[in-house]
Amino acid sequence: MTLLLLFNITNGLIVGAFYVLMALGLSLILNLSNVINFAHGGFLVIGGYIAYAISPYVGFWGALLLAPPLTALIGLAVERVLIRPLYGRDPLYSLLLTFGLAFMIEDGTRFIFGPQGKPVAIPPFLAQPLSNDLFFITGYRLFMVAMVIVAIALLFVLLRYTRLGIRIRAGTLDLETVAALGINVRMLRSLNFAVGIFLAGLSGVLAAGQLGLEPTMGTGLLMPSFIAIIVGGIGSLPGTLAGGLLIGVASGVTAVFFPAASEAVIYMMMAVVLLARPRGLFGEEGMMS
Amino acid sequence: MQSRKLIVLVAIWAVLLLAPYWMAPLGGYTALATRVLVLGLAAMSLNFLLGFTGVLSFGHAAWFGLGAYGAGLTLKHLATSTPLALLAGMLLGGLCGAILGTLIVRRRGVYFAMVTIAFGQVFYYIAFQWSSLTGGDDGLRGFARQPIDLGVFRLDILTDATAFYYFVLSCFALAVAAMGFILRSPFGRTMIAIRENERRSRFLGIPIERHIWIAFTLSCFFMGFAGALYALVNNFADPHGLHYSQSGDFVMMAVMGGMRSFWGPLLGAAVFVVLQDYLSSVTVNWMSFVGLLFILVVLFFPRGLLGFFQRSRA
Amino acid sequence: MPISRRSWSVDRRTILKSGALIAAAQITSPFVIRARGETPIRIGMVDPLTGVYAAIAQNEVVGAKYAAEEINKKGGILGRPIELLVEDSANDVGTGVQKTRKLIDRDQVSFIIGDVNSGIAIAMAQVTSEKKVLHVVSGGHTDPITGTSCSWNVFRVCNSTAMDANAIATTLIEKFGKKWYFLTPDYAYGHSVQASFEKILKSAGGTSAASLVPLGTPDYSAYLIQAKAYSPQVLINVMGGGDQVASLKQFVQFGLDKQMAVGGTLFELESIRAVPDGARVGWWTMEWWWDQPGVPHVAEFNAAMKKITGSAATARNWFGYASVQTLAVIANQEKTLDAPKLAHALAGFKLPPEIALQPGAPEYRAGDHELMSTVFVGEAHPPQGDADNMFTVKSPVPGDKAAGPVEESGCKMQWPA
Repeated sequence: MTLLLLFNITNGLIVGAFYVLMALGLSLILNLSNVINFAHGGFLVIGGYIAYAISPYVGFWGALLLAPPLTALIGLAVERVLIRPLYGRDPLYSLLLTFGLAFMIEDGTRFIFGPQGKPVAIPPFLAQPLSNDLFFITGYRLFMVAMVIVAIALLFVLLRYTRLGIRIRAGTLDLETVAALGINVRMLRSLNFAVGIFLAGLSGVLAAGQLGLEPTMGTGLLMPSFIAIIVGGIGSLPGTLAGGLLIGVASGVTAVFFPAASEAVIYMMMAVVLLARPRGLFGEEGMMS
Repeated sequence: MQSRKLIVLVAIWAVLLLAPYWMAPLGGYTALATRVLVLGLAAMSLNFLLGFTGVLSFGHAAWFGLGAYGAGLTLKHLATSTPLALLAGMLLGGLCGAILGTLIVRRRGVYFAMVTIAFGQVFYYIAFQWSSLTGGDDGLRGFARQPIDLGVFRLDILTDATAFYYFVLSCFALAVAAMGFILRSPFGRTMIAIRENERRSRFLGIPIERHIWIAFTLSCFFMGFAGALYALVNNFADPHGLHYSQSGDFVMMAVMGGMRSFWGPLLGAAVFVVLQDYLSSVTVNWMSFVGLLFILVVLFFPRGLLGFFQRSRA
Repeated sequence: MPISRRSWSVDRRTILKSGALIAAAQITSPFVIRARGETPIRIGMVDPLTGVYAAIAQNEVVGAKYAAEEINKKGGILGRPIELLVEDSANDVGTGVQKTRKLIDRDQVSFIIGDVNSGIAIAMAQVTSEKKVLHVVSGGHTDPITGTSCSWNVFRVCNSTAMDANAIATTLIEKFGKKWYFLTPDYAYGHSVQASFEKILKSAGGTSAASLVPLGTPDYSAYLIQAKAYSPQVLINVMGGGDQVASLKQFVQFGLDKQMAVGGTLFELESIRAVPDGARVGWWTMEWWWDQPGVPHVAEFNAAMKKITGSAATARNWFGYASVQTLAVIANQEKTLDAPKLAHALAGFKLPPEIALQPGAPEYRAGDHELMSTVFVGEAHPPQGDADNMFTVKSPVPGDKAAGPVEESGCKMQWPA
């Protein structure tokens, strides 16, 4: 039993890492631009399908390298044309717009690639367990975790040490002052959006190897990412990171004892956290009101 | 001004009252009109909060769906009485909303939206998972709306689509009258004051949180009532009614019709339901068109159809 | 190592094919094969053309549409052409009910077909019973449709879950053993399949354990860990659609396919196509199979489907086809559109070979209105020769044998006075 529990905790961390990737992208966009991106799951699907479409030419590794930036480019275009006019307006509008956009992306991928799921194979050396005892730690899952860690590390470096990152963080705290200092806020938001979508695209490529690649793939992954953000505390990226890992472990462990609640548990966790700490685990004063 | 309002009001009710007669020649059908009424009521309930208090809940489908389950479970297990089912549905949706409301009234703006989405999904998962009670993904079935005994005669709302339409219309009228009454009361004025300037209202000594909570709760009760009617429409309740995508549809109806006006959401619901019904018959890619509609409305008609007309007239 | 081994030409074909499919569906909904002079007889079809079942639902439409064309070539129903009106239920009960009412009230259809989603199918059956319209459930599998919720006007083409489970259970026991682990989706369909399996396993003296998995679960490791801890001889994978694809992929990645057998009821051709070669494994039932050497008319049907969709006919194509053909053949035989009369005639009606497309002549059993269709038990594998040759039928089980006695269905058929 303890062994089973240990298995599931490790496993939950692996799953959680994936939620973190999704949630970080969402969180970046939410924090700086006040946009709840309902189309995030859609961009994940786009990332997956781009990888599927280009991998016959560039291979798995090429697709992994190219698909996220291509997705980010699409995201950039969407931001320019559709989201930009909505800054400064009630967040209701960007919510509705991305909600509609998610519809169009789902239907669009179905139109282009057909309703049938696509087979996506991963390199054989990744598609097997590392050892017989720890069979659930496959090369691919470790690889996914590694990719998530790399992505988070890069994001950390970006936010902490580059000019763009410092501006993004400053903008999150006080956009008006940042604008008053003569920084091009529009550009800042565009780039920030693109970074968020890049992460969604990366999630999509990684998910395609693990799940079935189909137009509705993104919908089920969106909600846990939301919860991760709320649990961690809206406005805090470390919070999002902790929230994602936490809900991954929680649902993994619950699946052992009470599988029917393995999804519900993350919502219960959210309720408990909100009761005890209304701003989430890492939320800061002023962020939520 | 007053007389023009009256004319508009008379026109709205005339259109609604005569719907079964003019829908069919125009290619509609009575069940569609019934659906418009129910979803319109839901959109108006949401707008009670969104349009008049300025608080965006993106999880309101939860109360709608709970209302449906409340009505369905009552008809199935407790009593075969339509009025009782409506009452039970309204109570279930309203009370759950009231309790959760206490948790979330202090959030604002985008965070309020986000937390309501998440809590709405809690109820979605409960409905989805608790198969023994709710029927899970297959939905709750095995109940049907019951004829209404009015003493003098029986109103057969089960098999007669037109009779059922008028039954729903009278329920709708009742709810809408209550809504209008509340909005005209001092409480309703306070709601609007909060919407216009929360900080100033706070300085005036208005207990903002309590007012928002009351508005939220009332809106949940109306929503539960609409949901209960929806269960009667389908003789069925299923988890999809609680899903956030349903919430999105309601918000869209309110915005598309015009969220600053009382009747706007009904117009929005009519356009949305009819358009979706039509599009999904004509093309399998209707989702793209509905999505495009969302985007176009947001970008070009943010004040909704009514807002657009009023402005172009002015 | 590329993600996919597909070459460009296949890729483009896939795109063209899906484009053609969508274009077809565009025209077909509402799709009109108009008549010369006569008012057409309308058949309404409600299926989830969008959402998670889109692939199989659209394949049913393709088959139904083809049937309508064939029938019209041969003079239609009672000398009148038929018109197939297709509506999207969007995998939502409320919408499905609404569309059914629309088809009956406004479009005045004579027959209703649908839905892939069992929950919607039952809700639709409530409407069709109320309106006294003959209703063929093309592709919803749960037992109640022809069991506890059966109705005089509802007939079903696809199998019940019990039939599929019964057909393959003995094979699995004989080949692999009696210790099983279930991966069951946590809703009525899953429960009903698992219950059917457990009944047979128990009577054979076997043991089992199960994980009930929430629908739409992206990651199955938590459940597969438990499965492995139980060390079963067979993992019964009851998951459907995208869930089945994801769970099988992960099952194989964990190397569990080398430690236990995998199998279950349905692993539809649509799903086999959606997984990579490595996950094309296990023992399953097909409810119809395109490669039946020596059985008349099957090759023609398969060729016709191939012409439309670009790939081999699937069971879903046949469900749609058989549903429409059933309605036409019975109406022409009885020379009426009266629903009770047709329902009486259909009870016990044997499908002719050009519709049955399988060995023998399956009948709509009078006691529960379930089509006693052959269940094709076999093994999935990567393509051999033909790209769609990914399943080999090992033993076709006659439908009446798989279904068991009618009393066990729980159906008490009530006819209108």
